[in-house]
Amino acid sequence: MKHDSIGTGLLWIGPWILGFSVFTVVPVGLALYYGFTDYTLLESPIYVGTDNYARMMEDPILGQVLWNTAVFGVVSIVLGTVISILLAVLLSKPVRFQSFWRAAVFAPSVLPLVALAVIFKLAYDPEDGIANRSFDLLLGWTGLQGPNWFGSGFWAMSALILMGLWGVGPAVVIYLAGLRDVPKQLHEAASIDGVGRWGRFVHVVLPMISPVILFNVIIGVINAAQVFAVPLLLTGGGPERTTYFHSMYVYDQAFTFGDMGYASALGALQFVIILALTGIVLLAGRKLVYYRGA
Amino acid sequence: MIASTKTSIGSSPTGRGLIYLMLGLIAFIALLPPFYMFAISLGGTDPAASPLEGGLSATAGRTVETYRHVITDENTDVPLYLRNTLWIALLSVLGTTISSAVVAYGFSRVRWRGRGVAFIVMLSTMMIPFPVVMVPLFTMFRDAGWIGTFAPLWVPAWFGNAFSIFLLRQFFLTLPRELDDASRIDGCGHVRNFIHVILPLSLPALLVVALFHFMFVWNDFLGPLVFLTHRDQFTLALGLQLYLSKLGQTPWNLLMAATTIMVAPVLLLFVLMQRTFVEGISTAGTKG
Repeated sequence: MKHDSIGTGLLWIGPWILGFSVFTVVPVGLALYYGFTDYTLLESPIYVGTDNYARMMEDPILGQVLWNTAVFGVVSIVLGTVISILLAVLLSKPVRFQSFWRAAVFAPSVLPLVALAVIFKLAYDPEDGIANRSFDLLLGWTGLQGPNWFGSGFWAMSALILMGLWGVGPAVVIYLAGLRDVPKQLHEAASIDGVGRWGRFVHVVLPMISPVILFNVIIGVINAAQVFAVPLLLTGGGPERTTYFHSMYVYDQAFTFGDMGYASALGALQFVIILALTGIVLLAGRKLVYYRGA
Repeated sequence: MIASTKTSIGSSPTGRGLIYLMLGLIAFIALLPPFYMFAISLGGTDPAASPLEGGLSATAGRTVETYRHVITDENTDVPLYLRNTLWIALLSVLGTTISSAVVAYGFSRVRWRGRGVAFIVMLSTMMIPFPVVMVPLFTMFRDAGWIGTFAPLWVPAWFGNAFSIFLLRQFFLTLPRELDDASRIDGCGHVRNFIHVILPLSLPALLVVALFHFMFVWNDFLGPLVFLTHRDQFTLALGLQLYLSKLGQTPWNLLMAATTIMVAPVLLLFVLMQRTFVEGISTAGTKG
């Protein structure tokens, strides 16, 4: 059992070290620096101290953007977690054509987000879209009308969150793997002890898959904090910035208004928020998550 | 065992019926978007044709007309966007698969001090959001003269991708340690062990990595949006956005036909390689 030298190891991971330095360390460093400058791309960055960070405090758009991102993230993650666990439980039942049902649930997740957004743009169209047409067909007799999906902040946000549910596929697959690893003996022991189906789910299944829930929630936080393409295409951030999210704001400050300094500071803020939230989720996980063998 | 299956919901005929009803409904809802897209795309080029009627009462002749119109549209060159996307995908997938395999070998079969720490550092880089490095990358690539070329979209792929490295490392670790020892006794160094022993045994894992990276490139929107400046270089994702931006002048049928062109290759890949997808995601999620 001979150990290789550190040099050999570093040589093998060399490509990554090189790429990591050039495409991550240097840009992160530059972003931190730009955050303290006034930088308009055409001219060199000028050091302005903490001006950009002071500006954040008084930026009403930033407040709105953070609020929107938080609302989108929390509702999407809670709803997505509940639905994907329920789907995984259903798909773990021994039924005929099991692989077909699983494939059907997973399939929409492979669609490119841009394509999915274009499809939903039509689906939500108040006149021509399938959402309101089905609504008319099913509930038209009541005199009710389908919502104007992009007409109000509430409905636009709902449209985005609803569409996100077509992307639960990977989470469902991971929950399925987690459910498969729940020992059968635990189920049997609990049912011999007279624990009902719901009780077994809450007291046996949920604790056993809690590490998987933690993993999916962290992935959910990272994804939600970066949501960009779908709102850009579906709502354009509107109406009145009610679906305008943090990444869109960073992009606009950088490439629409050419304010690279402020954009970099906003990017740094995003990173800090993601780190903080991941830390909080991990800490909460320590209390709530059950690790086998621990 | 017997007791638990008898009390479970799936055993009574009504219970089973309920499960199949739910599964059918869920599958219908899940698969609705692609079917909807395809149905509308069959509607021809008549802007007055309302999507649903246009779609459902379409004739074969009108279908051909829709797709021909999308492909030959002078304002949006879909075949060119397709070629661009394929080029970027080819270069990135090759690069990321090869480089990630090398790095993953260093993180699994080479035994050196500090490996664990380096691996954790690498994993944590997955948390850095793209918008953070977007501005500096843009200025760096601009200074390198890369803006307006494909280079920013594929060159970084040749230096390993954290997610791919992670997946390959997990796979390499499952191969028996004795393989390395046997190689060493035969007088082979790490390079030959990697090329002649480990790689041939890892084809399924390499396929997973290649497939996932292909999907990433096909899906990527923000990268091309930031780094590509000219319409001649657009990828399908950007082309579709261009199409969408002309909404009002573009009938839905054409938009859906363009979308179908973007979606068809990935759906085909999914149908052919379903197991590969699912295994890759399970590995990522449960061994993390």
